[in-house]
Amino acid sequence: MELMLEVKSLSFSYGNGKVLENVSFSLKKGEIICILGPNGSGKSTLIKCIAGILKPDSGSIHILGKDTASLGAGDIARHIGYVPQQNEVVFPFSVLDFVVMGRAPHLSMFASPGADDIKLAKESLAMVGISDLAERPVANLSGGQNQMVLIARALVQKPALLLLDEPTSHLDFGNQILVLETVQRLASLGMSIVMNTHMPDHAFLVGDRAAALAGGRLVAVGKVETVVTSKMMSSVYGVNVAVREIEDMKRKVCLPLRR
Amino acid sequence: MRDYRYNCTTLVYLLPIALLIISLFVGRYQTPMSAVVDESINIFSSLFFGTSASVSTQHTVLFNVRLPRILAALLVGASLSTAGVSFQGIFRNPLVSPYILGVGTGAGFGACLAILLWNSYLLIQCMAFAFGLLAMFIAISMSKASKGTGTLVLVLSGMIVGSIFTALTSLVKYLADPYDELPAIVFWLMGSLATVRFVDLLYILFPMFIGTLVLFLLRWRINILSLGDEEAKALGMNVEKMRLIIIVCATLITSAAVSISGVIGWVGLVVPHISRMIVGPNYSRLLPMSIVIGASFMLIVDDLSRTIAATEIPLGILTSLIGAPLFAYLLKRGRLGWN
Repeated sequence: MELMLEVKSLSFSYGNGKVLENVSFSLKKGEIICILGPNGSGKSTLIKCIAGILKPDSGSIHILGKDTASLGAGDIARHIGYVPQQNEVVFPFSVLDFVVMGRAPHLSMFASPGADDIKLAKESLAMVGISDLAERPVANLSGGQNQMVLIARALVQKPALLLLDEPTSHLDFGNQILVLETVQRLASLGMSIVMNTHMPDHAFLVGDRAAALAGGRLVAVGKVETVVTSKMMSSVYGVNVAVREIEDMKRKVCLPLRR
Repeated sequence: MRDYRYNCTTLVYLLPIALLIISLFVGRYQTPMSAVVDESINIFSSLFFGTSASVSTQHTVLFNVRLPRILAALLVGASLSTAGVSFQGIFRNPLVSPYILGVGTGAGFGACLAILLWNSYLLIQCMAFAFGLLAMFIAISMSKASKGTGTLVLVLSGMIVGSIFTALTSLVKYLADPYDELPAIVFWLMGSLATVRFVDLLYILFPMFIGTLVLFLLRWRINILSLGDEEAKALGMNVEKMRLIIIVCATLITSAAVSISGVIGWVGLVVPHISRMIVGPNYSRLLPMSIVIGASFMLIVDDLSRTIAATEIPLGILTSLIGAPLFAYLLKRGRLGWN
């Protein structure tokens, strides 16, 4: 099957500090990869490099076989949707107005969105199940609603690849699961997804593949079962972790051990 | 509810035209309604049928004194508000005014220098315009040369440029002849449209038209810039280029406005807030509304400046006296349309 995303020996540094070193992995159509790793391991930087927000020092990123270095910002945004961790909206746009902004890469410079774009925005609100919020100001939303709005905005870009930077980090338990279910549904529709997460368990819940970052290096990448092991997770996070199979649920969980 | 609001919003767009007509009658020299109609017919007949229009005092007052001044007020108000609302969007800060990059102080210095050196009306305009643009270019090049990125460095550069030009303006004032030049400088710095003629409008019309047109066409993109650099980039925008285009256009129209009216504060700050209360934060609707409200606001203030006292009250004083309390009232109502 055709590779959706191919990251080859990517390196990035802020000034003198190396943030990413020689990171390589690839992703197929409809696959979800969960990027794990402690704070400061370079997860967000990796996502921002793929999104074209940061320019890597060396290495390459191919999307559908095309090198993103040779694509313009608009071309990248037509292929890749980026869902930031949180957003600070200074002006309280309505949810619909905000989501329509995802059409920007598809419109010419002087154009404003038309009826078709508004229809697409409404469809993507319906897809993530928040049609009733359309007229609400984005500033007054709960964390879970806000995350759904950000996902909806990325969806109207009609991307083949969706990047999510810790989409569950500020959410309560129920909303975390809702976001994960949405991510899974999008993958089943054929979208490829790169998701940063703090919870190794999330990889078992939605991931096809997982990758572990530590100190800017990719220490493991592959099937979730091979990456999220008690040994690997204990070494990456520096705490004792156990991975157990829950038999009646037919899936594994990753749990911290009591000292 | 929606329909009702929609209708009201449409009506607001007619406000400048209504105010233009009313303003023709306002002033120390009394002109009855019939006189304006007579004069209008006179002018039209002279335009279309070649009959010579009689030049009466009424004619002079209405069309050579009041009309250019009214048009100037509409243009200056619209320009300052458009620039203000655009700067607020790209700097992601609703407290930003059109003079943020030192344009006001730059233009002020240019005008003062022209008063000191030549005291020609045309040169004052040209120098104000040129130094307004110069201030912006210095601020932008300074921010480009520095290691930091983004809007914060740009705002700091604007402050540096502004304070240098403020110092230079003080120097010019100090050197100026206290009986002749100094009052002219002080009067210019307080802002006035009292001496505007039709020919002055011709000079500013072109830069104002170009700048406003580009900002109008880019208005939806300002929404995206207001989300911050990273998100705008992720949405496929060339952030640096877009921001530069908007800054240049906003500075162009601000400099053009300042060159005929002097430095008039508060308009570019208060009008965007009033407009946000009416149509919300989406620039697709907000920018056109700011143009209309800005033009109307400035015209009302200018009407006041020429009627409430026997002598002209400088515009800058009135806009501050009206704008500041209005802003305080808006703050108290807490419905400014931003967080």
